[in-house]
Amino acid sequence: MGTPMPATPLVQLSHVSKSFGPVQVLKDVSLEMNRGEVLCLAGENGAGKSTLIKILTGAIPRDAGEYRIDGQDVGSPSPAQARVLGVGVVYQELSLLREVSVEENLLMGRLPAKGGVVNKRELRARATRMLERVGLTRVDPGMLVSELPVATRQMVEIAKVLGADARIVIFDEPTTSLSEEDAQHLLQLINRLKKEEGVAVLYVTHRLEEIFEIGDRITVLRDGQFITTAPTNQFTHDTLIRSMVGRQIETLYPERQHKQCGKTVLAVQGLRLQGSPYRINLEVHAGEIVGLGGLVGAGRTETVRAIFGADPIGAGTVLVDGTPLRTGSPQQAVKAGLGLLTEDRKELGILADLSIRENVTIADLSEVSRLSVISQRQEVSLVQQLVPRLRLKYHSTEQTISSLSGGNQQKVLLSRWLATKAKVLLLDEPTKGVDVGAKADIYTIIGDLAAHGLGIVVVSSYLPELLGICDRVVVLHDFGVTGELPIEEATEEGVLRLASSTPVSMNA
Amino acid sequence: MATTSSTPQPSATPRAVAEDQRTPISLGRESGGILVLLIFMAALILTTNDFLTLTNLDNLVRQVAVFAILSVGQLFVILTGGIDLSVGSVLGLSGGVTALLLASGASIPLAILVGLLVGLVVGLVNGLLVSRFGLPPFIATLGMLGIARGVVLLLTGAKTIAPLPDGFSAIANGFILGLPSLFWILIVVTIVAAFVLGRTVFGRYVYAVGSNAESARLSGVPVSFVLLAVYSISSLLAGFAGVLTTSRLGAGIPTAGTGYELQAIAGAVIGGASLSGAKGRVIGAVLGALIMGLLANGGNLLGIDPFYLQIAIGLLIILAVFFDHLQGRSFSPMRRAA
Repeated sequence: MGTPMPATPLVQLSHVSKSFGPVQVLKDVSLEMNRGEVLCLAGENGAGKSTLIKILTGAIPRDAGEYRIDGQDVGSPSPAQARVLGVGVVYQELSLLREVSVEENLLMGRLPAKGGVVNKRELRARATRMLERVGLTRVDPGMLVSELPVATRQMVEIAKVLGADARIVIFDEPTTSLSEEDAQHLLQLINRLKKEEGVAVLYVTHRLEEIFEIGDRITVLRDGQFITTAPTNQFTHDTLIRSMVGRQIETLYPERQHKQCGKTVLAVQGLRLQGSPYRINLEVHAGEIVGLGGLVGAGRTETVRAIFGADPIGAGTVLVDGTPLRTGSPQQAVKAGLGLLTEDRKELGILADLSIRENVTIADLSEVSRLSVISQRQEVSLVQQLVPRLRLKYHSTEQTISSLSGGNQQKVLLSRWLATKAKVLLLDEPTKGVDVGAKADIYTIIGDLAAHGLGIVVVSSYLPELLGICDRVVVLHDFGVTGELPIEEATEEGVLRLASSTPVSMNA
Repeated sequence: MATTSSTPQPSATPRAVAEDQRTPISLGRESGGILVLLIFMAALILTTNDFLTLTNLDNLVRQVAVFAILSVGQLFVILTGGIDLSVGSVLGLSGGVTALLLASGASIPLAILVGLLVGLVVGLVNGLLVSRFGLPPFIATLGMLGIARGVVLLLTGAKTIAPLPDGFSAIANGFILGLPSLFWILIVVTIVAAFVLGRTVFGRYVYAVGSNAESARLSGVPVSFVLLAVYSISSLLAGFAGVLTTSRLGAGIPTAGTGYELQAIAGAVIGGASLSGAKGRVIGAVLGALIMGLLANGGNLLGIDPFYLQIAIGLLIILAVFFDHLQGRSFSPMRRAA
């Protein structure tokens, strides 16, 4: 793109290497960032992107290579020194303190004070200026962060980073938990920062569309090695994926012949979520993939959790293969043949201290035990039966699941439900924070499962994914159903239109 | 990660099984404990003439067995990320109730059964407070620490209950196959507990709940039941320890077990259990109790001021956790890499 290239780049990392013990995670990687330019860092999980970011922010030292800012060798800066040099990072997991006010968060560590007493007026004034800079004019700086919606928190986080005089801003997967609309706002903001304030941006994301939308240049890493750097317009979708993955991925979404759907395996009748006036009806047939669309906050996660019995509900019945579920008992739901892949993998999915083997078998130990005594041999062989289908990368079934990358953890969690021989799977954002190679694998698995006669419900904020893998899309808004689209008639515009209309009150 | 394979090599399987952290034979988190134990024993053998005498070893085993049983019970709770502060008081209560019944002429089996039942009931209450009413384990069992002790003091009028029938005293003071009966009891408790935690579905659930209770619940694990069960097991074992203590002393002492809860926790922690849950094994808890018992015994033999011993045990707890923490930290960058 037509950005003028200044003589010295703002940031130069050259020939950087880093090992953790025997594992080399970065090998001779170089990268340059310029003022007023967005550089996208692309690569699969485990490619070394996070490590590179940590080296830039001073969180970890590098083993070899040079780090220059403004042409000056900065050595191995500490995080505090890097901040003074103007490096700021907006993390995937927000670093704001939830039970502290917005203004205090913004100026945490440098609160305006005299003799240890905070000057409230000065605090308010500075915080307001910082918020204005990111276009948050309507947020009361005195509110607690926990009272703000996720998208707003993200903006506050950015305001905080910019307020610390960052000239180099790193965004690490900033849109993962944002709706399409909020993500657009964020991208616009980044564009403005780049153009009007000359900020150098390093942008890391798994959403390729965003790379093409916002990136001026792209640097690709694979397995810790530098693969290429080029202006965005020299890449196509396919060539970018190929250089990231190193293998050809023909189509991200598997071809699905529209199968004849079997009997009803999941029937949701008159389900009313707590505090909602609407009733939700939903039927899923064997072999069918039903998408749940809608904006963030529309009640999609709440709906699948309610179906699974994870939360108390207002009213309604859920039948799995004809068997009514007792409400509020995930245990019974699992026995009846239901599985839930949660959106929050870390907090609600993995058992971090346990091994891959134990994580796979936990939902149905009856399969590998006799008289309540577990056979480890059967466990291992069950895991080994399941993993080849998943293209799972691991050393041993005994390593802890937390030692795997996000995509591989997700595959282990999927195989947890494959192991139960579930009839219906509820998948909440199954590819969130998962790299493109693993994404394709997960889509293939979902397609296979449907072909084997499972009924599948997929929640996704990412419309191309929803339209790419589902047979039918049901759209929610305000904890109610606003409409349903067969895949032939579903378009992104159509789903978005339904996502902002009023739910039809359905009486069971 | 250095080498990855999309399909596991078959040759990896036997090694993988042997690597499991929780099979009772292999050494993992407990290797440090075993080392400390061996050093202590060697030191005592070299510096004292009395350590290897039958009288002393007999004494040692009888002292350690009660603490080890408490530590094993405590381990169940600690593995779920909880804590049971009531075990010392439950020991006193169960022992006191058993003694009272015996003194009033009840048969030995009945007295023991009621003693155990008292432990179980206290455990059920603890478990319900934690699992149904959502009280923090620390608070629920701290309350129970006071209640159980108060009850036993009331029941006994704070007086020692003696004498007790000889048949009852023989239980913890007798010998089986030439070894102290308490030794065999400890072995049985250890093996059963290790089997339950290491090999059964319930044991797996305990570790799962300790790792992440909400994830476990969403995988269909009956979390409430597991919590109820671990507090019941801990209290039942404390009750059992109470009966054994009463038998060993030949008297029901209402203040018996005071402060033992901290000994039990220390034993589990020195043996490698993590207070945040999901890490630790039965063999470790027993080793931990043994190490503390050895310290006390050795100090006694060497004529060391017991106040120094308290300091030594305190240091040991801090060191054990410190080294565990160091180990965890040196691995963490690798896990979080990339």
